[in-house]
Amino acid sequence: MQTIDMATTPLRELNAALQAQAQQTNQTQWVIENPKGAHAVAVGLDAPIEVTVRGSTGYYCAGMNKQATINVTGSAGPGVAENMMSGTVVIEGDASQYAGATGHGGLLVIKGNASSRCGISMKGIDIVVHGNVGHMSAFMAQSGNLVVCGDAGDALGDSLYEARLFVRGSVKSLGADCIEKEMRPEHIEILKDLLARGGCDAKPEEFKRYGSARKLYNFHVDHAGAY
Amino acid sequence: MDKTPQTKPRDSWTFSPEINAEIRRAAETGIYDIRGGGAKRRVPHFDDLLFLGASISRYPLEGYREKCDTSVTLGTRFAKKPIELKIPVTIAGMSFGALSGPAKEALGRGATMAGTSTTTGDGGMTNEERGHSEKLIYQYLPSRYGMNPDDLRRADAIEIVVGQGAKPGGGGMLLGQKITERVANMRNLPVGIDQRSACRHPDWTGPDDLEIKILEIREITNWEKPIYIKIGGARPYYDTALAVKAGADVVVLDGMQGGTAATQDVFIEHVGQPTLACIRPAVKALQDLGMHRKVQLIVSGGIRTGADVAKALALGADAVAIGTAALVALGENDPKWAAEYTKLGTTADAYDDWHEGKDPAGITTQDPELMKRLDPIEAARKLRNYLAVLTLECQTIARACGKSHVHNLEPEDLCALTIEAAAMAGVPLSGTNWIPGQGGF
Repeated sequence: MQTIDMATTPLRELNAALQAQAQQTNQTQWVIENPKGAHAVAVGLDAPIEVTVRGSTGYYCAGMNKQATINVTGSAGPGVAENMMSGTVVIEGDASQYAGATGHGGLLVIKGNASSRCGISMKGIDIVVHGNVGHMSAFMAQSGNLVVCGDAGDALGDSLYEARLFVRGSVKSLGADCIEKEMRPEHIEILKDLLARGGCDAKPEEFKRYGSARKLYNFHVDHAGAY
Repeated sequence: MDKTPQTKPRDSWTFSPEINAEIRRAAETGIYDIRGGGAKRRVPHFDDLLFLGASISRYPLEGYREKCDTSVTLGTRFAKKPIELKIPVTIAGMSFGALSGPAKEALGRGATMAGTSTTTGDGGMTNEERGHSEKLIYQYLPSRYGMNPDDLRRADAIEIVVGQGAKPGGGGMLLGQKITERVANMRNLPVGIDQRSACRHPDWTGPDDLEIKILEIREITNWEKPIYIKIGGARPYYDTALAVKAGADVVVLDGMQGGTAATQDVFIEHVGQPTLACIRPAVKALQDLGMHRKVQLIVSGGIRTGADVAKALALGADAVAIGTAALVALGENDPKWAAEYTKLGTTADAYDDWHEGKDPAGITTQDPELMKRLDPIEAARKLRNYLAVLTLECQTIARACGKSHVHNLEPEDLCALTIEAAAMAGVPLSGTNWIPGQGGF
């Protein structure tokens, strides 16, 4: 196991070491000590390594991750796992705004709550939030799945495209063109798998599914009031 | 027969035939007019400036004989690998999706032959574009369509797009007609839907956030790539200062004549400032921060001739970018398709419905049959020629002003033909020493 102490190691050196790991590396276990809210920790990784960040991070931790599994034992600042391509990111605490923004793939698990705009513009990523999400979550979400085991704030799924949203608790309000949809057996299966991978023991049957009404896909003057 | 002189029919200036036609169109359809291109209204522009040329107090350089350098280095502030260009003219960002694949290829080939860079757009980087462009700037846009770390790393520079001159404060728009299967796949969207890109970035909201975003991008790309920040001509002094504060290597400033693939006509014509009015405030911001020539400035929006290039450089830019002019050089709006433009209810030079995907020139379309009309090799040669002419014209003016490098052009080489242009460019009205707003007469 490799340990990097950010109290003594510059950010550039840390990321360069992690980014240099090749596909077949045998140094698969990494621990980062003393992140103390640093920004851009463990970004741009592209190898099947496991990184444990002991503490809390600032902006954009695990940004653009590919392949790596990154575990943050504390909380994460804005934009955690933004534009993730693949791999897994687990936040033991809470996540700030824009968690998983524009993510193309992989799995983001937030064991606490996520703030506003969780999953904004997501493009294929799966996000499992054990707690609540804030307002405007899944805004313009294109594809992928957002699972919220707690409650969702205002304007969930505003201007949604093809992403699936599953919420167990209450939804304060739905955004433009977002509607509740029938939970069919295939959705139960998808959700069961996501909950298992996200380490959550909630029952799929307790969730409601939300998706796009697809009324805003092509402009029509009769829908202008919805914009 | 009554010989009493009749009052000649007189159109209203306020309710002109064009205005009345637009009122009828709006009443019929219930939707605003969408079009491509930049502002069509007459605004003060580079045409309103003149170079003084050499005289007794300054001596000129001999045309063709004495060297007049045109090289530009962009991204010297933080990037390990700055961009070296042979000419001070770059190709602005235009998307695959808005433009056909062959058109993007032609831009890459032509720019490469001329020794300059081209730029991706909203929709990601294609392999063809990367392959044909020796220097490719990768745009980082609010939509993040196709964004991925591999393309970030194979780019030569990264341009964070905050705004665009045609629509400062507006997002992208690509209507369903142009969302083919390939375009849709690149953008993770269903085929055939109207695609509206967000107007602001999803994961940062202000200059302090932007600074951290730039840190992240630099960390992902090993601090190698120059980071450009593109701003629309809204508040050029403050936007430039904030871009510098956020850590930009290069600021790209796009005035209201800068084109777009598609947006509302009312946005294009009524939001943002003329290019001429934006340059001096941006340069002043750089000078006030002690960063002029350290953070490079690229100006775009209505650059058409070598004189425009020279004037932008004289006002303090390090380089210019062309979009619309590059498309015209490739063959856009060519009168040889006049009959087809007529069928579309327009004329060759007026055609601007680029969003409809019916472009007779085969450039702003995804229709396979129309696309075949553009030969990327031939179109690239035309672009190369046009870029060469821009450069030669700029050099001609620079030599006449006694400059051995086009960057040595300066505001003192200019005067203005109108009071408005004098005020905007901060140069004297011709025949006077009066710079409106700066006192003196």
